[in-house]
Amino acid sequence: MRKKGLYLLLLPGVLFLTLFMVIPIAMTIASTFFHEGSFTLQGYMQFLTDKYFVKILLTTLQVSLVTTIACIVLGFPAAYYISKLGPRKKGILLALAIFPLLTSSVVRSFSWMIILGKKGLLNSSLLSIGLIDKPLEILYTPTAMMIGLIHLFLPLIIITLVGVMENIDPDLIKAAESLGASKFTAFRQVIVPLSVPGLIIGSILVFVGSLTAYTTPALLGGKQRVISTFLYQNAITLNDWYMASVIATIMIVITFVVIFFMNKLATKLNPKG
Amino acid sequence: MQEKNRGLALFTLLVFLFLLGPLIIISFTSFEPGSVLKFPPEGFSLRWYENIFNVEMFMTTFQTSMIVSLLGNLLALLLGIPAAYALSRFQFRGKGLLNGIFISPVLIPGIVMGFAMLKYVIVVYHLPIYAGLLVGHTVLMLPFIIRVIASSLSNFDFAIEEAALSLGAGRLETFFKVVLPNIRSGIIAAILIAFLESFNNVDISVFMTGPGVSTLPIQMLTYVENNFDPTIAAISVVLMMITAILMFVIERLMGLSYFTKR
Repeated sequence: MRKKGLYLLLLPGVLFLTLFMVIPIAMTIASTFFHEGSFTLQGYMQFLTDKYFVKILLTTLQVSLVTTIACIVLGFPAAYYISKLGPRKKGILLALAIFPLLTSSVVRSFSWMIILGKKGLLNSSLLSIGLIDKPLEILYTPTAMMIGLIHLFLPLIIITLVGVMENIDPDLIKAAESLGASKFTAFRQVIVPLSVPGLIIGSILVFVGSLTAYTTPALLGGKQRVISTFLYQNAITLNDWYMASVIATIMIVITFVVIFFMNKLATKLNPKG
Repeated sequence: MQEKNRGLALFTLLVFLFLLGPLIIISFTSFEPGSVLKFPPEGFSLRWYENIFNVEMFMTTFQTSMIVSLLGNLLALLLGIPAAYALSRFQFRGKGLLNGIFISPVLIPGIVMGFAMLKYVIVVYHLPIYAGLLVGHTVLMLPFIIRVIASSLSNFDFAIEEAALSLGAGRLETFFKVVLPNIRSGIIAAILIAFLESFNNVDISVFMTGPGVSTLPIQMLTYVENNFDPTIAAISVVLMMITAILMFVIERLMGLSYFTKR
């Protein structure tokens, strides 16, 4: 095929993305280094020296880290169990994991408002069995955000891990067992290391996803800001587009740094080399 | 050993209870006859389903969401099918970079993308908000369209295309009569997956609201801030039913392996 035809196929998409994504993103980043016409790092200095900003950043990182760890702890055993099932049962459980993933995040976060609210399901059940004598304040705290985010991203790590674990040759486990390894040792020595690349990809998706999620913190976090709701607040409520651009740039940088280093780690830890 | 497997089964059951429980609870509360969300509901009523139709903003934003998702889908297909075809069919310099550009909208945080689009598409390019929404959703859908169609093309035997060409069919004719029909189910699946991504999107839409223009998820967010009646639960059930139907069709068309492969 001639070169001209090839360009004709790719050009419309590339032009569209350049105009409506690449330029807006690049210019947003560039704009943070210029204030009233001259080069400056003032926005970043302001961000990093203001206690309130730093606290939001740390809360966000903490919430994302806890969410990621919880997703691994809950998702890994479940994924292992699913990967060992027959095709029919596996299909059903995968479908049940994918369904929430495709469901609107507004719906999923709202469901936790019903459960975690002051008069919510959790409080009314705990009160009625007498475990607590005044309602717990969970909704509108970082804990509520974490629960909502774990709920949001757990399916992602489960299905990613099932995809990886399915491809582990069952003969490897049989071989380990015939050489005297117990089931648990075989799991630890064969399944876990071979799942590491999938685990890292899954963790990137969850960590970056929680770091940048907007709907769940907006609905469940109340006044507690994370970096994404803080960006929105600066852009829309406070109308401070310069600060909003600084926050946007910081989010992009964190995202790419995380993806870069986790990918490095994945290559390093891949037992297949 | 049986013991351990049973423990694992129980653990998995609890994980799924955590995943699906909230969605089941929200479904029950939608039938509450009173005006405060409660679980379990104190009776059975469909009045909040009726209320969806009575709140005009839900109807107009639903319409906007449908138009933006469908029209944006069409635009993304027009841009994405040729690109996916070129990227899977030919080897050329800079292919890796182009692949990266086409997939990048999923790597950039949605909220950042929304803000950058507000800044440039609406303010600098002066597009009306409705057009901005459409453009934003097209960008959002493009990587999904390209990824699903490219994976569908990777199962297509291009020797068939060669055969048609060598028998004298034109390139364009071959594409429409030979290639396209063979990847039809992939294209439909791509449309549905992209539709769900767009219809449920908050991160971009939240920046693209203006007088009389907003999407359903944004309207739901606004409503929840001021009301705590079961209307949102009722809408949630309707949305979950739509999701379930679309997911069933996607499964029929290409299985669920798209979701487990990364």
